[in-house]
Amino acid sequence: MTGPDAPLAPILETAGLTKRFPGVLALDEVAFSLRPGEAHALVGENGAGKSTLIKVLTGVYRPDAGSLLFQGAPLRPATPLDAQRAGISTIYQEVNLVPLMSVARNLYLGREPKNRLGLIDFGRMHAEAERTLREYGVSVDVRAPLRTLGLGAQQMVALARAVDVDARVVIMDEPTSSLEPREVETLFGVIGRLRERGIAIVYVSHRLDELYRVCDRVTVLRDGRVVHTGALAELPRLRLVALMLGREVEQVRREGLTRFSGERTASADEPVLVAEDLRVRHLVDGVTLRIRPGEIVGLGGLLGAGRTETAKAIAGALPLDGGRVSVAGVPLRRRSTAAAIRGGISLLPEDRKAEGIVPGLSVRDNIALAALPRLSRFGLVSERRVDRVVATFMERLRIKAAGPHQPVGELSGGNQQKVLLARWLALHPKVLLLDEPTRGVDVGAKAEVQRLIDELAADGLGVLLISSDLEELIEGSERVVVLKDGAVVGELVGEDVTEDALLAAIADAAGPDGTAPVPAAPGGEAGSG
Amino acid sequence: MARTPVTAAAVDVSRGGAAPAGASGAERISALAQRHGALVVLVAVVLVTSLSFDTFFTGYNLNRLAVNAAFLAIVALGMTFVIITGGIDLSVGSVFALGGVLAAWASQYGTLPALLVPVAAAGAIGLANGLLVARTRLAPFIVTLASMLGARGLMLAVSGEGNETYLVPQGSAFLELAQGGLFGIGYPVYLTLALFGLGGLLLRRTGFGQSVYAVGGNEDAAALMGVRVARTKLTVYLMSGLLAGFAGALNAAYLGSGVTILGFAMELDAIAAVVIGGTLLTGGLGYVSGSLVGVLLLKVIQNVINLIGSLSSSYQQVVSGLFLIAVVVAQTYLSRRRRIG
Repeated sequence: MTGPDAPLAPILETAGLTKRFPGVLALDEVAFSLRPGEAHALVGENGAGKSTLIKVLTGVYRPDAGSLLFQGAPLRPATPLDAQRAGISTIYQEVNLVPLMSVARNLYLGREPKNRLGLIDFGRMHAEAERTLREYGVSVDVRAPLRTLGLGAQQMVALARAVDVDARVVIMDEPTSSLEPREVETLFGVIGRLRERGIAIVYVSHRLDELYRVCDRVTVLRDGRVVHTGALAELPRLRLVALMLGREVEQVRREGLTRFSGERTASADEPVLVAEDLRVRHLVDGVTLRIRPGEIVGLGGLLGAGRTETAKAIAGALPLDGGRVSVAGVPLRRRSTAAAIRGGISLLPEDRKAEGIVPGLSVRDNIALAALPRLSRFGLVSERRVDRVVATFMERLRIKAAGPHQPVGELSGGNQQKVLLARWLALHPKVLLLDEPTRGVDVGAKAEVQRLIDELAADGLGVLLISSDLEELIEGSERVVVLKDGAVVGELVGEDVTEDALLAAIADAAGPDGTAPVPAAPGGEAGSG
Repeated sequence: MARTPVTAAAVDVSRGGAAPAGASGAERISALAQRHGALVVLVAVVLVTSLSFDTFFTGYNLNRLAVNAAFLAIVALGMTFVIITGGIDLSVGSVFALGGVLAAWASQYGTLPALLVPVAAAGAIGLANGLLVARTRLAPFIVTLASMLGARGLMLAVSGEGNETYLVPQGSAFLELAQGGLFGIGYPVYLTLALFGLGGLLLRRTGFGQSVYAVGGNEDAAALMGVRVARTKLTVYLMSGLLAGFAGALNAAYLGSGVTILGFAMELDAIAAVVIGGTLLTGGLGYVSGSLVGVLLLKVIQNVINLIGSLSSSYQQVVSGLFLIAVVVAQTYLSRRRRIG
């Protein structure tokens, strides 16, 4: 296996790679270099530019400036197919094959072995498919439709196909996000064999354990820039997390950081929300949360740690495989968003555009949307009551709009967020789940939304706050529950809620035993492969 | 936070996660039912009808039935390809009628023009459908709805608002092509079988056929795997147009004239036959042989109702409709079962 410092010419190299989107510099003079046979981790938080970089490498986007050298020659792939033909293959998070077609046909689509008459030679195709797949630890009936395979096996078929088309570079985007531990092991074995053949791997994952197990080198992106590149083994976990989040952690020490509060501290109030042992396959692994009225509980963790999923599970938007949710002592029996809303749980989703506002509708209609059943009698909406509710919230949340009839699409991000907040508040919830409430909101509006959250809590709402903005999380929350791989790995209470403590809790891989579902590498000192 | 793993895992959850080593028993049975269900029903219907009516299982009646089915079958063949790509072609009925009128008109100049003119016109319409669907990514439903109206208009224009009926000259080879036969079986039946044989070969044994399945099964994935998606779509709509035009010409020869009221709602019969034959309306799965069975089933039901006599032929549509619903419900049920099992 190639060591991290082998003096090999890079197989793929970018210099000054820049990609601009309206209002955003997604890639800012990125220099990235990949050596043959290495596994290179590409990490960064949401919006750091990882996926943009991958899309430029694979021909989905074209860069605005900069160069891309592949095997020493300039490459400008115009389509994913171009990149693939050149030798850069991508394994996507979601398997990108045709589920209804047989395994063998998927493997050989577009390059089927033909007989003398020019017809597909199925005998040869099936035999070759079986042989190829065995190398990847997959022994299945290659005539069966692909979808009869487990996701792990499907992922292997995708990988086999990617490599079989003469790939020199294989980009893996979160390849293990839906694999069972056993399948993860097989994948790692295959990665090892690919590297022996000199194939370079770009490995994108939020699971630090995996990165330290599989990768030699790492490139950290933040805000479109490369902030670090080098051998992974020499980079302590804490430092890696700090680099990703853009924090200074030289002074961070471990002691007393992941302290479990155990039984909740003495408080007069009964919790308004109790979520016990929530389980959603692959995503949430036994999360328990209690929120008292007037309390803001933060949910910390890296991207993919299961924060959004936990919120969605509580709000009935994700089917639960196990666990209970009760609001003010009343258990939610039916698991649906409607039941959760009736029970008093409101979720402000992360993706405003896709899951929240209806841009073409007016401010008034957007606010009234969810509350219409409450505002109508015998199925008829009382316009007067709607007007009153809308006016109340527009004033209370200080929504800046030309009037209640302005389309929401014309408002600023901050005001759109307030409209959404108003929609849920109009339902008089007892618990408010806020997923990234200030993302994409300008600084002034951000402070205002934050103040609003504080006021709402003061009014007695239980608030669950998810935020990638550490300051917001720390200053906003009385308590922060830290998630990793879908499980609670720590809880910070009161004075312990500090940036250093939070970073340490996030980076702390060892954690309490048995909480990490993924086979954990021993501590932060995992060697390079 | 990552949005995609949610969907990825959701798929996994619904599948029950654990990887079966191969096709399970239930999977195999439901696949068989999907593929051969219509054939089983067809055999059963034929058996029962043969026992009930002496006049059914006679060479004369069967040949008439087969020739009658041939025209719809040829249209359904093209439709099968279109539906497997996940598309739909509503224009085939109009193109069929246009082809018939053009063929009857051109037959005065000889057999070759009588075949070439309608096929060329139908090909042009199919090509236009294909270009619009493939290049502009408009919904096939809308594109072919437009060309359905357009082709019908053209047909009316050619036939002088439908007032003018062109007759195929008596004794011409063109007439013989559709009315003649060999060993007591009409030429259209042989032609249809040959076309289905070629179609089956094309679909199952060539790279083009694989791309048809891939485009219908997962268009984005197909594009990433190097399938020429646009070209594949263009080709299937072109084929559908050509076949519909040819079927129309053949039908004109069979009837001896270009009948302007034919082909009305034929696209719906073709779609019904294809779906009854086990092809998924959502694309990605289907068989040309199934479509042939579907056509036969529709025609046998029609024949049976004619034989009963006391039933108005209108009921044929009712029975076909009920049958279609039964098939679609069964398909949905089977595929849901498969996803769970």
